[in-house]
Parts: sequence; C-alpha cells; structure tokens
Amino acid sequence: MKKYILDLTVRKTVSVGKQCVLLCLTADEQLPEMLPGQFVEVRVDHTPSVMLRRPISIHYYNKETNELGLLVQLVGDGTRWMATLKEGDSLNLVLPLGNGFTLPSDSSGHPLLIGGGVGVAPLLYLGMKLKEMGVTPTFLLGSRTENELMQVQEFEKIGPVYITTENGAVGEQGYVTQHSVLTREQFTQVYTCGPKPMMVAVARWAKAAGVPCEVSLENKMACGVGACLCCVEDTKEGNVCVCKEGPVFAIEKLSWQI
Amino acid sequence: MADLRTSIGKLELANPVMTASGTFGYGTEFADFVDLNRLGGVIVKGTTLHHREGNPYPRMAETPSGMLNAVGLQNKGVDYFCEQIYPTIKDYKTNMIVNVSGSAIEDYVATAERINALEAIPAIELNISCPNVKQGGMAFGVTAKGAAEVVNAVRKVYDKTLIVKLSPNVTDITEIARAAESAGADSVSLINTLLGMAIDAERRRPVLSTVTGGMSGPAVKPIALRMVWQVAKAVKIPVVGLGGITNATDAIEFLLAGASAIEVGTANFMDPAVTGKIVDGINDYLDRHGFSSVRDIIGALEI
Repeated sequence: MKKYILDLTVRKTVSVGKQCVLLCLTADEQLPEMLPGQFVEVRVDHTPSVMLRRPISIHYYNKETNELGLLVQLVGDGTRWMATLKEGDSLNLVLPLGNGFTLPSDSSGHPLLIGGGVGVAPLLYLGMKLKEMGVTPTFLLGSRTENELMQVQEFEKIGPVYITTENGAVGEQGYVTQHSVLTREQFTQVYTCGPKPMMVAVARWAKAAGVPCEVSLENKMACGVGACLCCVEDTKEGNVCVCKEGPVFAIEKLSWQI
Repeated sequence: MADLRTSIGKLELANPVMTASGTFGYGTEFADFVDLNRLGGVIVKGTTLHHREGNPYPRMAETPSGMLNAVGLQNKGVDYFCEQIYPTIKDYKTNMIVNVSGSAIEDYVATAERINALEAIPAIELNISCPNVKQGGMAFGVTAKGAAEVVNAVRKVYDKTLIVKLSPNVTDITEIARAAESAGADSVSLINTLLGMAIDAERRRPVLSTVTGGMSGPAVKPIALRMVWQVAKAVKIPVVGLGGITNATDAIEFLLAGASAIEVGTANFMDPAVTGKIVDGINDYLDRHGFSSVRDIIGALEI
C-alpha cells in the first residue's frame, strides 16, 4: 500500500478516562484506504525531549465523514503534547503503516476480539470492518479497574461486549482469559491487542483451544517503515520489524513460549 | 538554479545529499516519500559477508534531541544482497552505495570483492566504526594501524570509489583519517554514532539489551561538525559529513566546514521526505547568496 505524509486537522478532541484522549482528525482531501490493525506515525518533535514520531494504531476510519480517530494514552511528553491539541490544529502523520489484521474470507465465522487497556484501540476499527462484512464480532475487554475501561459504548454498537476487571467492579472479576464466555461459546478466530502479558496469556489459551489467534504488538519504533530495524520481534524466521512485517502476527509465527 | 553537482573522488553526485546507512533501508522503503533519483546518493544498510541476526530487542532508546541504537548490523549477508536486493535497486538514477561491515579483514575483503562485481554500485562505504557488535569493525576504526590494515586489504580488491566511515569514539579522529588516506581510501565519511547509554531508573536496568549503543540525532551535530572541520584540514581526499543533519542549514554548515557531500540519517525518521527538502534548501541558499555552484561553499568557512 502506498504511504503518505499528510497534515491532518483536528476536528475535535475528547477526554477518555483519566489517561487517554481521542483525537478526531480530518483532511480536505479524501484520506487513503486504511486497514484495521494498521497504524500511523505522528510527528511530535516540538520540544527537545521528544524527537521520534509516535506510532498510534487506527481506532477508526470513517470513509463517509473522512474522519480518522486515534485513541492516545498519555504516557510521555509526545503523547501529552498530542493531548494539548485543539480544534483546527494541524497534525502531521505518516500513514497507513504496517500489515493489519487478517480478515475472514466469508461471513460465517464467530470472531472474538480481546483488548486490554489502550490496546482496545485497533479493535474498534476491526469490529467495524467485520460488521461491514456481515460478521458480528464479540468483544472481551479487560482492565485493572473500571477507570481504565474505554469506549465500551462504541464497542456495544457493533457487537456483544464482555468485561473483566481485576477488582471486580465491572463485569467478571479476574483476567480476560478467565472470563466465562470463553467456555460458553465456540469462537473461530481470536484477535488481541493489549499489554504483552495479557496477549501471551490469550495466545496460550487460543493455542490450547485450537483457535487461530492474531496479536498486535507495539514494540518501540523509530522509522515505522522497516528501515532502521529497531522494533524487531524474535520470530521463527528470526528478527523481523514489527512496523513492517507486523504489527499483527499470527501467534504460530512468534517465538513466544506458549 | 545553482549547480548542485559535487564529487567524491571520481564519483559524480547530482547534489551533495545522500542518506546514511541504517536509516534508509535499501531506499525503496522511502520511495513513496522521496524521489530517490533526486538524491546525490543512497547508502544502503550495512552488509556483511554472512547473515547476521543483530542484537536482541530492545535496540533503541530515545534521548533528548537524539536516540541510541543497538541494531548490531542485522542483515541477510552479501549473497542475499547481490541476488535479492540488487536487482530491485540497480535501475535508480542515483548513486547506490553499499555500506560494508565485518569483523575480520578477510570478511571485509570478501564482501567488497562481491560488491565490486555489481555494475550499478559505484562505491562502497567501509564501516570500520560500528559500536554495536563486539567485533563490529570498531576495533579497526579506533587505531590508525587497524584502519590502515583493513583499508589496505580492501583497496587491493576494490577498484571503484572507496569511502571509509570513521568512528568518533577516538582521541584524535584526524590520525585515523590520515591512516585511511595513506592506505588508499578515496574519501572518509564521518561521524558514525557516538557510544552512549540510557538507564531506566524505575526498573534499575539499562534501556538497551546491549547496555550501550550508538547515539545519533540533532544532539550530536556540534561534535560531528567539529570533527568534519578538523578532518577536512588534515586530509586531501574529500570528506563526507554526517551527524545530526535535519535541514538544509545543517547540511550547509557541514559543507562550509569542508565536507564535499553530506549524509542524512536520523532525520529520516522525523520527516521521511526530509532529504528532498534539503536538496531544495541548499539550492535556495546558493541562489540567495549568489553562488553559482555548491562547490563554491565547500570549505568556505571564514575564520
């Protein structure tokens, strides 16, 4: 897919929980096609403490409204700067980057999308695309407490949503891999994004259950296009760039101990 | 429109702007953003005799106005380059230059010999300065004797333009530059990355898997500029300047300090289209100051 460097305009920003901001971006020109699971690199080099672009997954892209949504967790100076943006501000993006999730070949499947923390971000766009194909995805969202749950109402517009919290405040208490829906229903495909320990646990469960599973990794990146070889993941084919060969990998390709 | 042509020995460049090895892949990764044919040269990823997996993740740490990397020369070896990569890059109308790395003199020689046979590769950049592998060539690059030995050996088998990339992690870089010149180098390029380190205080652990790594980015520019200026005065062969160049003004500073050409590295990560903008910016500067050729400003620093 051809990649672009584009200046987008902030249409609005929405605070999501205490730690995230949703940036709704648009452009005068129609934005290029983007696949669920792909990401953008946001230019943030406005202060000496931050130089490299920040890789952010595509939360949604609406072709009709020409709006791109980025769900950004405020973790450092780069993302905190992004949270200061106001309506009408400009943001420079490189997009679309990476491979994206493998979509099913027909509408007969029963996919499960498991997200943890801000890792829920790419699952919304994936859910939208599945829905367009006539597939109703099931979501399983996990977080430590109710405070880190994000965008639940948006997910509920697409399919059934199950929740686990470690403190038990919402949904079932425990980890996503302990949720009862995993034993109640037969899923044909699992897609997951979140903290690495969660994804490893999901991969282990999926492997044992014999369900194909794709994970979206977020290794620290520099170039975003497979040139600098900084963001590598150890796979069965050696070190490969998460930014170019990923960020989505089928679990059997990784060298994870699962 | 000023004349932007420059040269590195017998190698003619359409303009002084090249890309630094390890920051631009094989060029094709950036083809959506920059017309590669508009660049003076593309220096592709470091190539070694044999396949190398590189260092474990994490390999990168961001630092104020800079970054550390510890990639460790990951590449699939010179045979893979010749058979799989070369056919995809040979028809670009720019100078495709291969960065050659190694850990033993015989490896450098064997790799250079293979590259010498490739018609569309007019030059190599001999990397005697990688700080990220135990025998990444930096052993050769930190003594005049070591530099002379490896350059001598490669010179015997390589008859096209031989650029030697120098390490800044030395007491006197001019001594190494002179040794490379005496051993037959056509040019020296500098600086490779500066050895640095980053610590995660919360975890009380190094950020990089290798503990130390090579620092690059705007933060290193003053050091690079100083070294280019010193080396340009110390040798007769052309100097290629790099280290922290992010815009045309930075590039012009290196030319004024005595560089005949420049390389853009880390800045490609901030703006993948930056190299084309630097070409345009150098032209604007020359027009604005009434210079008809970029050669008029090479080494034109007034002191």
